[in-house]
Amino acid sequence: MPLIAEVFEVKKDDFVSAGEVSAKIKRTLKKLGVDSAVLRRISVCSYEVELNLVIHSLGGTIDFSVDQDGVTLLVKDCGPGIPDLNLAMREGWSTAPESVRTMGFGAGMGLPNMKRNADEFDIQSTVGVGTEILMKFHLK
Amino acid sequence: MTIRKIAELLEAKVILGEDKLDMEVDMAFSSDMMSDVLAYVHGRTLLLTGLVNEHVIRTAEMVDMECIVFVRDKQPTQEIIDMARENDMVLMTTWHTLYCTSGILYSNGLTGVGRRK
Repeated sequence: MPLIAEVFEVKKDDFVSAGEVSAKIKRTLKKLGVDSAVLRRISVCSYEVELNLVIHSLGGTIDFSVDQDGVTLLVKDCGPGIPDLNLAMREGWSTAPESVRTMGFGAGMGLPNMKRNADEFDIQSTVGVGTEILMKFHLK
Repeated sequence: MTIRKIAELLEAKVILGEDKLDMEVDMAFSSDMMSDVLAYVHGRTLLLTGLVNEHVIRTAEMVDMECIVFVRDKQPTQEIIDMARENDMVLMTTWHTLYCTSGILYSNGLTGVGRRK
């Protein structure tokens, strides 16, 4: 039974609200007294994945839960899916348009940065269906 | 290095956080790419940037950065200032370029973030 379980919707191209979900998650975990170094890693991952949903997906959800063992972020989108996951996991490789780069994003650091900061990371993607990312963070 | 010392060295105008100038930072990171800030920053780090939008504040919030210096005389909007206030941040602006701002601070002893762990 999770202590906290909440699902947030993230819309495609919604740059105005981008980051609000991550800010809520960070505030919730701070109140729970999560260690600041762990909290920073979780915040980086949630923000990266939230931005990815806004920039690259057709929209999706972030399922945020906390239990005795740790924090879980399960992220699902409605497509379009990633054709080459190995390429997408390579630092510096990005399909973000120039408009996104002028906002300071799209450097091709997102997915590798999530993998580096999460204690457990898994990504599955099917073109035409969508992408699912699971990230776990240990609290002990 | 204290924020006050940084403001003096950069001839910076303090936009927000006058009461926090005695706070210290251990290192600095210069970038207009927030993706790189998310990938490289850790610890008590000062952000130097020529990018001015809400995502700069949100990014800084995520990595616990408490002080941002906008270079090339860039001025944040009231919305950006309000967002930074909610997060207890210090905002400053300097007429120096990003290159010179970094050089001034580095030559006075404020180092970079170093190699990623």
